[in-house]
Amino acid sequence: MVAARLDRKSVSGLRALLATMNVAPGRVDAANPLVPFGKLENLHFARFVILDDPTLDAIRLYGLPRQEYPLYLAFTCDFDGAKPAFLADLAHCAGPGLRRVFSFCEDFPDGADLLQWMRDHDLPVAANYVNWRGRTMKQVREEARLRQAIDSYLDLNASALEGRTAEQVRAQVRAFVDAEIAAGRLTLTPPVPAPLGERIGNAFHLIGGALLIGVLIWGALPLLLIIRLRENTEPVYAPRPDPAQARALAEIEDYEFTNQFSAVGSWKPGLVRRWMVRFILLVIDWTVRHWPFTKGLLARVLTIQCARWVYLDNSKRVFFATSYDGSLDSYNDDFINKVAFGLNVVFANGIGYPATRWLLQGGAKDEQKFKYFLRRHQLPTEVWYNAHPSMAAVELERNSRIRQGLEAAALSDEAAREWVQLL
Amino acid sequence: MPSTSIDAKDVQGLARFGYKLLTEACYLLLRIRDRAAARAWCAVAPVASAELQDPPPVVAMQVAFTYAGLEELGLPSGVLAGFSAEFQNGMAGEANRSRRLGDVGENAPGKWWWGGGENDPHLVVMLFAMPGKLEEFRRTVQAGDWDAAFELIQRLDTADMRGREPFGFKDGISQPEFDWNAMPGVESSQITYTNQVAAGEFLLGYVNEYGKYTDRPLVDSTDRRAADLPDAEDVPAKKDAGRNGTYLVMRTLEQDVQGFWKFLAGQTGPDPGAREQLAERMVGRTTEGQPLAQLSAGRIPGIDPKDDLNRFTFDQDPDGTRCPFGAHIRRANPRNTDYPNRPTSWLARIWTQLGFASKGFRTDIMASTRFHRILRRGREYAPGLALSPPAPSLPADDPKPGLHFLCLNANIVRQFEFVQNAWLMSTKFDGLCGESDPLLGNRAPIGDGRSTDNFTIPRQGGVRRSIAGLPQFISVRGGAYFFMPGIRALRYFSRAGESNG
Repeated sequence: MVAARLDRKSVSGLRALLATMNVAPGRVDAANPLVPFGKLENLHFARFVILDDPTLDAIRLYGLPRQEYPLYLAFTCDFDGAKPAFLADLAHCAGPGLRRVFSFCEDFPDGADLLQWMRDHDLPVAANYVNWRGRTMKQVREEARLRQAIDSYLDLNASALEGRTAEQVRAQVRAFVDAEIAAGRLTLTPPVPAPLGERIGNAFHLIGGALLIGVLIWGALPLLLIIRLRENTEPVYAPRPDPAQARALAEIEDYEFTNQFSAVGSWKPGLVRRWMVRFILLVIDWTVRHWPFTKGLLARVLTIQCARWVYLDNSKRVFFATSYDGSLDSYNDDFINKVAFGLNVVFANGIGYPATRWLLQGGAKDEQKFKYFLRRHQLPTEVWYNAHPSMAAVELERNSRIRQGLEAAALSDEAAREWVQLL
Repeated sequence: MPSTSIDAKDVQGLARFGYKLLTEACYLLLRIRDRAAARAWCAVAPVASAELQDPPPVVAMQVAFTYAGLEELGLPSGVLAGFSAEFQNGMAGEANRSRRLGDVGENAPGKWWWGGGENDPHLVVMLFAMPGKLEEFRRTVQAGDWDAAFELIQRLDTADMRGREPFGFKDGISQPEFDWNAMPGVESSQITYTNQVAAGEFLLGYVNEYGKYTDRPLVDSTDRRAADLPDAEDVPAKKDAGRNGTYLVMRTLEQDVQGFWKFLAGQTGPDPGAREQLAERMVGRTTEGQPLAQLSAGRIPGIDPKDDLNRFTFDQDPDGTRCPFGAHIRRANPRNTDYPNRPTSWLARIWTQLGFASKGFRTDIMASTRFHRILRRGREYAPGLALSPPAPSLPADDPKPGLHFLCLNANIVRQFEFVQNAWLMSTKFDGLCGESDPLLGNRAPIGDGRSTDNFTIPRQGGVRRSIAGLPQFISVRGGAYFFMPGIRALRYFSRAGESNG
């Protein structure tokens, strides 16, 4: 994530410039001349957000003075492949536009080396979830076309397929798909294995991370005890969101099935909470990178396309950004009812969060307060690009499973029946 | 001090009764002409309570206000601010809400007959009466200072279609239950499906399914005008202006009966049986109300063991081969619990919570229907038409019949709007794509241009059947969010505000 300081005086000008990338508030023009996102074939999601925290006064609940933090412009991208190659691509496609955008930042000198500047302002991501690790945009597009072709084939040949066994149906569909591929109407590019260097790095991260977590957990347990002792008395501050803020946020939501969410907030004062968060985000980052949350699920939730946490200002604050399926309320309900503990372990370390017990229980189960808390921390996403705006994460998964079943050499009768049910 | 039972004499009757014996009904959509006269009416209006009566009443009157109406009554700003944001903004008040509810295109508020921002009602007075008694009752109600207080902007008439909606299906079969005489504890996690829901889901001032009190307007106990209001159970030194009240969602839904059966005939050919069968797949019930899903062997709390129309879940139909995933009743209430696999041990529960129990994307795509239940109280309207189901050849049905959909809930966003948005209108419900509710869908294409006018019927051991090109069968013609106050709150409204301004 690129984050660079902004002078408050330049915010309105920057907002106006960013707005030119949209056809209407909340609806990006993928071909806009500033950053033509649609030209970047490996890009899944991108966003520009101005990190102007509306909740900085909350620290007064602890009898502490309000602390001023810098304003930032944040620019995030979710893409396939290696970062250097993507950044080079980005600079090539959108160099002048990005220069115009970044020129609003405090330290973007005229004639700066754009690539170097973005690298210098790249903040490390504390935890990064993607719905299906390794699924490229190319794969998404090819599998969507495959699914559509199979759909029409089934509709046109409904009577011919009548009474066939599952395996016979699969064979017929495969013959059709093979013919389409031969005729150049469909492409199914075989998955490219990650480069050796990346695989080695991943293996190190897998082992090193596991060892680190194994050691740190012994430090986290006493922290948890301290937190438990404080949980009953820490101030909860979750009044209703300001109607104007709520209205402005709602205005840019629900144009498509997938929505964006960007938020910023401060951790509770003191080192205990900050250390706890560091440990928990370390665990989350490991589980979503290696096991078990790499294919479609984050715990029980299937509606997150991507999510990331980035520390700001010496990890006193955090920026959270996600692209999720459904409306904000249905997404919240899904989370609260399925995995409230997962929300609690992270966000309960934020100032004002509804009271938890042992960091796991309670919290988000105070449904209305939790929703108010979240909305109050939310920031308008000035520009949000989604390369597959009308496709839910489960739809992408379904397309992938159809392809997998189609390409499998042989399936058991049961598996073949399940595959036919997917169609 | 939490209550042990509901104060039925302070609750308006509609929260408890469908008033089935009072087969005649009309809804008067009103604007306040004169604040003082309207307040005087609120002070004495003979509103029927939820107390059981023997013999049952011959007539009943109910009243509910929009936010604009409460403003017009002159409620103090502190009280007004206590109502939910969605009630304050209104059903048609924000473009975002209209997008979520599917109120776009033909359903857009700009095209509504009532509500929708132009000349919105301030209140609705609902009149119910035994056969032959409505006209007289209406005249009595509208006597005296009525005309000084209110301007009638529209009268919505209803028709007694003997428990069927205009397409010909038995309707209003499934309703959640809550206990009027006891406050059973709320389960922190629900393992088996139940039809029994916390009272706080349907009445403000009581504990909801989360074990919490839904936000509502509270008043300082020191305010003498509020002296008669019930105490707020959860906040000391506050009176509860929301208690025993609830939100009433009202939508006028026009049904294209002829278009519906014509389309089905086009799909199935001349066989009326096949036509009816396809319609039943779309609904998820037979025209007589029998569910396509298998009846449950075990007892479902809150459902009569002898109730063969309602005693079912979709557990035994994981592939949707009995009742399609997209069928109307499956979308409207998927009847699931907090966990997909009914874990009994705490270890199994943790296992499930971490996502290890999910097999494929469909086992756990939705959960916890208990937070999304509504009490339905709608009535049909049918201008000049007597329908018998299912009508194969109908007279030209212009003006078309429809349903004045009414439902009650304590949290409009989490209940009515969720059901409407995440389930009924969703083009991605339960892993589907390319379709929304077969009856209610607005068929608006999604962003990448793909159509949503399909209906998928999974088939046992075979390729799904896909029906394409469904027209829009139901159009929204009006709607608003109302607050249906408790009776003491209604009296409080008559004196709460500033003097006539």
